[in-house]
Amino acid sequence: MRTYRIRTALVILTALALVLPVALLTEAQTKGTIKIATQSPLSGGQAALGEGLKLGTQLAIEQKKGPIEKLGFKVELVPYDDQAKPDVGVANAANVIADKDILVVVGHLNSGVAIPSSEKYKEVMLAMISPANTNPVVTDRNYLNVSRVCGRDDVQGVVGAEFAKTTLKAKKAYVIHDKTTYGQGVAEFFRDHAKKIGIEVVGFEGTEEKSNFDPIITPIKAKNPDLIYFGGIYDQAAPFFKQTREKGVKATFLGPDGMDSSDLAKIGGSAVKGMYYTSVAGPVTVYPKAKKFAGDYKAKFKKDPEPFAAQAYDSASIGLAAVEQAIKAAGGKMPNREQVSVAVRKSKYEGLTGKIEFDEKGDPKKALYFVLQVVSDDPAKWGDNKEVKRLEIAAPPLKK
Amino acid sequence: MDLHLLIVIFPQVLLDGLILGFMYALIALGYTMVYGVLEFINFAHSEIFVVGAFVGVEILLMLKARGGLELLSPFLILLLLLVAGMAVSGLLAMAVERVAYRPLRGTPRLIPLISAIGVSFFLQDAIRLVESIWRNAFNLVYPTMDQLNHRFTLTETIDVSVKSVVVIVVALLMLWALHLLVNRTKIGKAIRAVAEDQATASLMGINVNRMISLTFLIGGAMGGAAGVLFGIQYSLINPYTGFIPGLKAFTAAVLGGIGNIPGAMVGGLVLGLLEAFAASYLSLLTHGAFGAEYKDIFAFSVLILILIFRPKGLLGEVVRERA
Repeated sequence: MRTYRIRTALVILTALALVLPVALLTEAQTKGTIKIATQSPLSGGQAALGEGLKLGTQLAIEQKKGPIEKLGFKVELVPYDDQAKPDVGVANAANVIADKDILVVVGHLNSGVAIPSSEKYKEVMLAMISPANTNPVVTDRNYLNVSRVCGRDDVQGVVGAEFAKTTLKAKKAYVIHDKTTYGQGVAEFFRDHAKKIGIEVVGFEGTEEKSNFDPIITPIKAKNPDLIYFGGIYDQAAPFFKQTREKGVKATFLGPDGMDSSDLAKIGGSAVKGMYYTSVAGPVTVYPKAKKFAGDYKAKFKKDPEPFAAQAYDSASIGLAAVEQAIKAAGGKMPNREQVSVAVRKSKYEGLTGKIEFDEKGDPKKALYFVLQVVSDDPAKWGDNKEVKRLEIAAPPLKK
Repeated sequence: MDLHLLIVIFPQVLLDGLILGFMYALIALGYTMVYGVLEFINFAHSEIFVVGAFVGVEILLMLKARGGLELLSPFLILLLLLVAGMAVSGLLAMAVERVAYRPLRGTPRLIPLISAIGVSFFLQDAIRLVESIWRNAFNLVYPTMDQLNHRFTLTETIDVSVKSVVVIVVALLMLWALHLLVNRTKIGKAIRAVAEDQATASLMGINVNRMISLTFLIGGAMGGAAGVLFGIQYSLINPYTGFIPGLKAFTAAVLGGIGNIPGAMVGGLVLGLLEAFAASYLSLLTHGAFGAEYKDIFAFSVLILILIFRPKGLLGEVVRERA
C-alpha cells in the first residue's frame, strides 16, 4: 500500500516536471491573450444568420491574427449566444465586460438586442462593431465605443418606399411589423416615406404571432393592397407570406434586410419566389473582393456564407487592426478598452464590402443599399438572388 | 369606419375562429380529462401536443424524400399522420404519467404540478436535441400538399381551403368518438367511476392505475392529433411552439369548466372566436389605435369577465358528470 502511494506521488511529480517547463515557456513567449467576442443568436429561429456572423468573425481572426501574434499576444474567439433576446444579450454583455481580455465585440444581429447590450459595453468603453444592426438609435446615441459597418433603417425604409413607388408602381400598401425595435422602426420609416410620396397605406399592424396569421390576413385580403411590406425577420415573415399566399392574396411582398436568409425560401417556398427586399448587405457575389472570402468560407465551413458573414469578417478585421494600432500606441503592452475604441473610430479600412471609414457617431460615411429579388424557392440558390438596384447613400448627420 | 368591410370579412373571420377554436378544444381535452380524473393540471400537455406535430412533419418529410407525396392520396397521408401522431403522443403521455406523476400520487397537489412543469421543460429540450442531431434543424416546415391547399370559392371574398375543412371535420369526428367512448362504453364508465371516487372504484374491481393510464393515453392522443392538424394548418413548428397554444387551451378548459368534456369544446370555440374577432376587428374598429397585437388582452379580459360571473366555467355547473 505504502509503496503504491509513493509510486503514485513519483509519477505525478515526473509528469509535473515534464509539463511545467513547457507551460512556463509558452507563458513567457506571450504577453497575454486578446479575445474577440461575438454576440449573435446561435440557437432559435434566427440561428442561421447568427452562426454566419460568428463564422465570418472566426475566419477573419484565423486569417488576420498574424500581426498581433507577432507583437506577442495570442488571439482567441469567444462566441456568445444572445438568442435574439434583449435580456440574454444584456446578461451576456455583463459576462463580456467582466472578462478583461475581451477587447472587441462583433455583434449583434438584432438592433433590439444591440442597443441595451451596448449600454453595458459603454460602462467600460468596450468597442462594439456591428455588422448588421440597422436601427438609427444604435449610433445616434453618439457613443465612442459603438460603430457599425452597415447602413441605417431610416435610409433603408426610404429606399424601400421609393422602390415601391417608382419600380413596382404600388398604389396601396399594407404594412406589418414584428414589434421589435428593428422591425417596427424600419416599418415606420417605410410607412412615413410611402405616405409622403403618395402611396396609400391602408393598414399598419404589429404582431408577435409566429404561427397563426389567419386573423391578420383576413383584413388584408379584404382591403386588397397591391403591396405588403413586412418589417421584421425571416423566421416570422416566411410563414406569414406563405399563409398569405395560401389565402389567395396576390399582392407583391417587400421587406427589409431581415428577409435576407436562405431560410426565408426554405420556409416560405414558392410564396416568396419573386418577392423583393431591401438590404444593407448585398449577396457576397456583388462585392468583387469577397470572392476569395466566399471560397475560403465554403472550404472551411462546408456551406455558403449567410448574409452578414462578410460584414462580420470586415467588422472583425477592423477590430483586429484597431487592436494592433492600440498595442503599438501603448508601447507594445496590452492596450485598455478605451484605446481600442478610439482606434476603431479612426479606422480607414479597405474591406470586402468596400472602403469603410466611420463618421463622428460611428456610422460608415457612405453605405451601400440594395434592392434584391428572390429568384428561386430553392434555399440552395439564395446566393443567386438578383440585384435590382444599388445605391450609395451617405449616413444622415447626427441630430443635435 | 368602413361598415361594408366589417361585414365582408365577417364569414372569413368566423371560419378562422372556428378552426382555431377546434384546435384549442382538441388540446383542452387533454387538460380537462386529466383534471377530471386526478384534479391535477398536466402542464406537460403542450409538449405532448408538439410531439404530435413533430411526428407528423417527420413522416411527411420522409415521404417527400422518397417521392411518396405525389404517389399517395393526401387523405391517406393525413390519416397516416393522424394515427402516428396520436399513437406516439398518447404513449408518451402514458409514459410521462408512469414516470413523473404516479410516484407522486398522494403527495400535496403542488408537487405533481411542479413535476409537470419540469417534464414540460425536459420535453422541449429533448425534442430540440433529437431534431438537432437528426436534421441539424429544429424549426421544421410541413411540406405543402397541393390538394389540401386547394380553395373552394364560396363568394367573391370568401373562400375556404380543403385543409381548413379537414381540420374542422377531423376535430368534430374525434370529439364525437370521445363522447361515445366516455359515455357509451364500459371503459368510459370505468373512467368516470375513477373520476368520481378512486377508492370505491377500486373496490368495485376497477383497475384504477390502468384507467388513469388510459386517460393519459386518450388525452395525449387528442393532443397529438391537434399537433398534426396545427402543423398542416400553420406549417411552421419548433419545440417551443406548444407553449402558447397549450396555455390558451388550458384557459379554454377553465373557461368551459375544467374537468368537463363538453365544456372544453365550448371553451375552445369561445376562445378561438374571441381571438379571431379581436385580431381582425380591433384595428378596424379603433382606426388602428388598438391593433391585432391586443387580441390576447381583449380575449383574456372577456374571459376574466365570464369567470367573475361563472367561476366554475361556462358549463361547470350545468353538467355534473366528469370524465
